[in-house]
Amino acid sequence: MDMNKGALFDKIEMEQYRKEPVKFSVGDSVRVHTKVVEGDKERIQIFAGVVIGKRGRGLNETFTVRRISYGEGVERVFPIHSPRVDKVDVERQGAVRRAKLTYLRGRIGKGATAVKEKAREQVAAKAK
Amino acid sequence: MPLGLIGKKLGHTRVYDSNGNMTPVTVVLVGPNRVLQVKTKSSKDGYDAVQLGFDDQKEQRLTKPVLGHIKKFNGTAVKRIKEFRDFSRDVKPGDVVSADLFEVGQFVDCIGTTKGRGFEGVVGRWSFRGGDMTHGAKGWHRRAGAIGCRLFPGHVNRGQKMPGHMGQDRRTSQNLEIIQVRKDDNLLLIKGGFPGSEGEYVIVREAKKIAIASARFKMIQEMRKKAKDGAADKKEKKAGAKAAAKKK
Repeated sequence: MDMNKGALFDKIEMEQYRKEPVKFSVGDSVRVHTKVVEGDKERIQIFAGVVIGKRGRGLNETFTVRRISYGEGVERVFPIHSPRVDKVDVERQGAVRRAKLTYLRGRIGKGATAVKEKAREQVAAKAK
Repeated sequence: MPLGLIGKKLGHTRVYDSNGNMTPVTVVLVGPNRVLQVKTKSSKDGYDAVQLGFDDQKEQRLTKPVLGHIKKFNGTAVKRIKEFRDFSRDVKPGDVVSADLFEVGQFVDCIGTTKGRGFEGVVGRWSFRGGDMTHGAKGWHRRAGAIGCRLFPGHVNRGQKMPGHMGQDRRTSQNLEIIQVRKDDNLLLIKGGFPGSEGEYVIVREAKKIAIASARFKMIQEMRKKAKDGAADKKEKKAGAKAAAKKK
């Protein structure tokens, strides 16, 4: 065996990774473009909401998006490297102080989706 | 046993398949497998088989009889030797066969040695329920209970499940799908798990049952197709005749 085991596994897993990493963080309002296969046709479906958490590492990394749909809270978990996740658009960056926004689940009405927006200067600084 | 390879289980990971589903896979190093001896029906062996060797080894580590056998066919010293009957690929001694013997989507049987558990009680070995842990139970927690009858039949039945050595047996997992064939690294990625600890030698061979089942399925499909085509032809002819009659 030329390569050691770890290198072989890295090689297998590296192929699975997303070519361009998605950039967003917890608290951001995002639009997740997912590929949906209906019969033999493929189309893009968008799931928009707030990222309330990330978990896992490497290929196993997932993120949870929460939205209020017809008055009902809906959460979807997406594997970050899944080929079915086409792309993730960030609509606005949230200013949060927690890694998991589970407290949003208990909120009803306006407060359920409202995450304070990140101050402009902060965003600009980050972009730099 | 048709096509087969000796391999080494490296571990587990997960990959996305063509549909974007995450699939758990076992990574098996299956090469290079060196062809040592080819037996044929016409020779004095009296049957068709191919002997493969896997995992190169220092010559000094082999016994002289084994080394002698290998030298007879100008082979290199290997750790494991295994014979495959009715090998459905033309090979000659000195050839190297590897992962590309199999293709993606093919079904295989994997044979490994289960992990040894040592001397195991009936709860672990045979999934007996044992006794209560609480409710006043005292010293009767993981026992087997009664093992037989009375004066008649006067002995314990054969095959009575009792404590004893568990694991380290040769076991076969049938009909596992091949998810990826990585020729460059001599790797097979096989869906799911199968017996054997990591680093253990395993045998990967064509699925015995799926081969038969798929052959039968193909035959039935062809027969059906033929019947359908026949019916369609008849219908067309009928329709054609009708149209012709109408024209008249």
